[in-house]
Amino acid sequence: MPAVGNSVARKDGIGKATGSAQYADDLTFPGMIHGRTIRSTIPRGRVKSIRFDFDTAGFTIVDYRDIIGRNSVDLIEKDQPFLVEREVRHMAEPILLIAHEDRERLNAAKVVIEYEEEKPLFDPEQSTEAFKKIDIMKGDPVSALAAADLVVEGTYTTGHQEHVYIEPNGVIAIPEEVDGRKGVAIFGSVQCPFYVIKALRCLFGAHPPIRVIQTETGGGFGGKEEYPSMIAGHAALLALKSGRPVKIIYDRAEDMVATTKRHPSIVRHRTGVMRDGRIVAMDIDVLMDGGAYVTLSPVVLSRGCIHAAGPYRCDNVNIRGRTVFTNTPPNGAFRGFGAPQTEFAVEVHMERIAEALGMDSVALRRMNALRSGDTTATGQTLRDDTSALMVLDEAVRRTDFLRKREQYKGTNRALGLSLFYHGAGFTGSGEFHLKSRARLELTPTGVRIATGSTEIGQGTRTTHAQIVSDALGIPYEDVEVAQPDTARVADSGPTVASRTCMVVGKILEKCAYEMKERLNGLSPADYHARHGAFVVEQMYEPPDWIKWDDTAYRGDAYATYGWGCDIAEIEVDPDTFEVRPLKLTAVQEFGRPIHPALAQGQIEGGTAQGLGYALLERVVMPKGAMANSQLTNYTIPTTLDMPELDVVMLENPYPGGPFGAKGLGELPMDGPAPAVVNALRYMGLDVRDIPATPELIASCTATK
Amino acid sequence: MKFVLNGASTDVKAHPMARLLDVLREECGLTGTKEGCGEGECGACTVLINGEPVCSCLIPVVQVESADVLTIEGLGGDHPLQHLFMNEVGAQCGICTPGMIMAAISLGPAPTLDDVKTALAGNLCRCTGYSAIYRAVLKWREMPDATASASAMR
Amino acid sequence: MAGNAGRHRIRECHAMRTAISGLDVRSPASLGEALAILRDDQRTPIAGATDLYVALNFGTLEPRRFLDIWSVNELRDISMKGTTLVIGALATYTSLIRSALVARQVPMLVEASRQVGGPQIQNRGTLGGNVANASPAGDSLPVLAAVDAVVVLRSADDERRIPITKFYTGYRATVMRPNELIVAIEIPPVEGKQWFRKVGTRAAQAISKIVVAGVRARVPRIAFGSVAPTVVRVPETERSLAAGADIDEAALILSREIVPIDDLRSTAEYRMRVATNLLRRFWIETG
Repeated sequence: MPAVGNSVARKDGIGKATGSAQYADDLTFPGMIHGRTIRSTIPRGRVKSIRFDFDTAGFTIVDYRDIIGRNSVDLIEKDQPFLVEREVRHMAEPILLIAHEDRERLNAAKVVIEYEEEKPLFDPEQSTEAFKKIDIMKGDPVSALAAADLVVEGTYTTGHQEHVYIEPNGVIAIPEEVDGRKGVAIFGSVQCPFYVIKALRCLFGAHPPIRVIQTETGGGFGGKEEYPSMIAGHAALLALKSGRPVKIIYDRAEDMVATTKRHPSIVRHRTGVMRDGRIVAMDIDVLMDGGAYVTLSPVVLSRGCIHAAGPYRCDNVNIRGRTVFTNTPPNGAFRGFGAPQTEFAVEVHMERIAEALGMDSVALRRMNALRSGDTTATGQTLRDDTSALMVLDEAVRRTDFLRKREQYKGTNRALGLSLFYHGAGFTGSGEFHLKSRARLELTPTGVRIATGSTEIGQGTRTTHAQIVSDALGIPYEDVEVAQPDTARVADSGPTVASRTCMVVGKILEKCAYEMKERLNGLSPADYHARHGAFVVEQMYEPPDWIKWDDTAYRGDAYATYGWGCDIAEIEVDPDTFEVRPLKLTAVQEFGRPIHPALAQGQIEGGTAQGLGYALLERVVMPKGAMANSQLTNYTIPTTLDMPELDVVMLENPYPGGPFGAKGLGELPMDGPAPAVVNALRYMGLDVRDIPATPELIASCTATK
Repeated sequence: MKFVLNGASTDVKAHPMARLLDVLREECGLTGTKEGCGEGECGACTVLINGEPVCSCLIPVVQVESADVLTIEGLGGDHPLQHLFMNEVGAQCGICTPGMIMAAISLGPAPTLDDVKTALAGNLCRCTGYSAIYRAVLKWREMPDATASASAMR
Repeated sequence: MAGNAGRHRIRECHAMRTAISGLDVRSPASLGEALAILRDDQRTPIAGATDLYVALNFGTLEPRRFLDIWSVNELRDISMKGTTLVIGALATYTSLIRSALVARQVPMLVEASRQVGGPQIQNRGTLGGNVANASPAGDSLPVLAAVDAVVVLRSADDERRIPITKFYTGYRATVMRPNELIVAIEIPPVEGKQWFRKVGTRAAQAISKIVVAGVRARVPRIAFGSVAPTVVRVPETERSLAAGADIDEAALILSREIVPIDDLRSTAEYRMRVATNLLRRFWIETG
């Protein structure tokens, strides 16, 4: 029986269910002390003086002057400091680090900071500083708009979203001596151990030995993509200064206030349509609030803009995007990475277009949906692995959508639909530039996978082992997966962008085929007994047909796309305006599932996050910092908030993926919010913003 | 301060107002019980006190004097529900799993789906959307009594 | 920014978790022992402690000396004294949910208890704690107010019985004296249909945005939570309905009797609108 395509026993073992799996806070080291971050309490200004109102004996104290390399987190730009020097750009910005053996003394330490406060900028629409601008142009949208039968306009907004991984950020930095040189090992809850290496190399300058080991990680969702470089840098600074292992674990409130969130967005559509429903022109303006530093905003904007026209064909498209500075904690990666924002906008807009035309919105979508051979907004010609119509038709059929939608008219129940897609892997030439590698090692009993890809609940260990097992033709039980320790594994790039199975899995497949040739019919154990161990390492080769122009933003944005159609059945309470989701049908095509149960888990979990995004999750930020920074007040779905989920996984293999698999992790995030809001629209509620809280819905009905 | 921990008599030195969660994780060395929020919202710290699921992040240890405390470690590591959580993918990242299992473990013999949802309403999961957790729990409860009751601790 | 010279601010860094070692607790085994301690020693009683550590985590915990009454088992009883239901202060929400006596006399208290937090909170949170904590959002409080419950207070030398409608003096303020404990809540027989509705921020583990409890009798009794600094009855609304006013008139009167605010969870406008909607719904469903 092949491993791929079956829900085989997971490589995680049983540790997660017995409590023996080791997360960052479960680890202790001899002589370990605890670290704490002293953060700004103003959103904008300058530090004038710092006073310690506590007995500093026994404390290690670090400020920016202790940094021997460069005081900046090396990401896209180097604008974000590890520690404030003088200028404060957001609330909760790290200024000082302190460490002590005794956590009570650590927590009681009072630091008094004198600031010169300046007027902060919180409104992205008022911001004049753009981190990145993008302009995607196809055809002649100006003329096409003028020639259209009808132009439909609309503005749609989305708020911040907080990841709420149930395990907060945490790391332990251990001073290590390697070949007589002082270095540091970081154990931590991270998605991208090699990102942390890059950031620490910049922080410490002269290449001290650094290694990063990923501990069992309690959820990431992008929130542990780039942020851990900051907390790891802090712990490392304290460890090197004190000579002791230093543990920094954020409590929930600190994590919610200080770390990254999903970018809020304002998207404006002007769409030219013909009476028969053809979309002839799309003019789209995308504004994203990046917060105080660049972090990953340019890439979030990029993905958001590329997906902004939705899964629709149109010959004349202009998408203009800006991500701008505000004095708020920097926003960053979050599952979907810009696409949930822009696909929310276009899908709600499609519904309004249908309304304006007096046309059924399913028919409108069917007419305009991308098909094989069509070109996207960036001019990419789609290949056979294009499934917009397949997922749309199946979802509509399965839920008896058209009939039920009419049946519900006039009641407090409704059905809504969203059609969406998600590019897998890094954009354009991103995968080419990453030069990701994977390594396969022969062992006395089988093989060992040694990549930097991290297991964060999505099934990395298992799916990689399944791929290797089948490609190599050895039992699945004989494949082991090394814990990501940067000193011992290949740099397979970050665990993001829905690339871990599709891209890194593909490199592992290549490694396995090479190893199979060398084994020449012997089992790994036999070969090892006779000839000893060997290692195969391969680099990712993107499909050779990918052509992407990074300046013009034209060409093949992604090697492949996943496709989805969600249908939400909801009920609205007429007294309280609360929305109760009754059922959500998610039809998704992502090549084929490597592990069906894990794949279903991605869809169900992503759908839950999407429902929270749509209805429940609101970041309240009145003065530049999250005010509702407790799980009591930032509400993610509980069991009682979740509807029945009906997941359908359709197949349309992608030849460039291992065994036909495409990326999956983020696709499910794009569908739920527009599906829910479109259901509300069908009830006569003109909602254009999320979260669609009862308060918002109440205000939509007040005018009726 | 004396109490029964996973079936064995235990004496801890912690301050009486120390959180039970911290006493379990630090003084007792049982790190299976997790801290997700410290405010009784996420349920990752769930343990059983005298058979009842509670949030250990909200319990002053003085309140378990003479009580019977059961943590995830007390299930033995080979419990059918633990296997089902892994096999049914009720656990993805796993951080909520010990608390989720401890909340589920005292479910009666024939729970409906609604019973399961209600029993787990105090446990947050961000990975699964809960469906696979229901599958794991309901499968456990459908198991023949001989296997299930062997590990059903009260 | 011309002319906008920077303003100087001296700020203490964000407070962290309060030190446990600075706390003092005594755990009496009996009510007598507890009251004797309180007679001489100012201590904050704690039982289910579902709010305690939240404040401790934020470093906003003010009390340092505690009286842990969790073991005072004599305060757990739920019994009848004639036709009056007597609920011991330490009755947990779980015990209320399971009690046949509560289900018979005041079924809306069972409904309210089911919607408090989740099972873990229900297993520890107590009715006395909910009353003493004096939150304007306390889920049981509108129920108790609508049935004219009586709070029984005891000190070493005295017993007082205070109607719940006179128990609160302002935001998180009660008439309790430092040497007193709530020992029981007494609920007289309730005539008329009972109605309860909690509107939370989500379906479980939710703080209420607005809570309503009502008893439909010739003179209806209606109480609201989360629309004023304390739980409130709405006597003018009640009187107008008793006098035969139609529901629209009553809703208008209601809008003058409650003073909801904007906060982290909701808005004054929403709360006001929903309060009037729920008043109507109560009237229709109990009619």
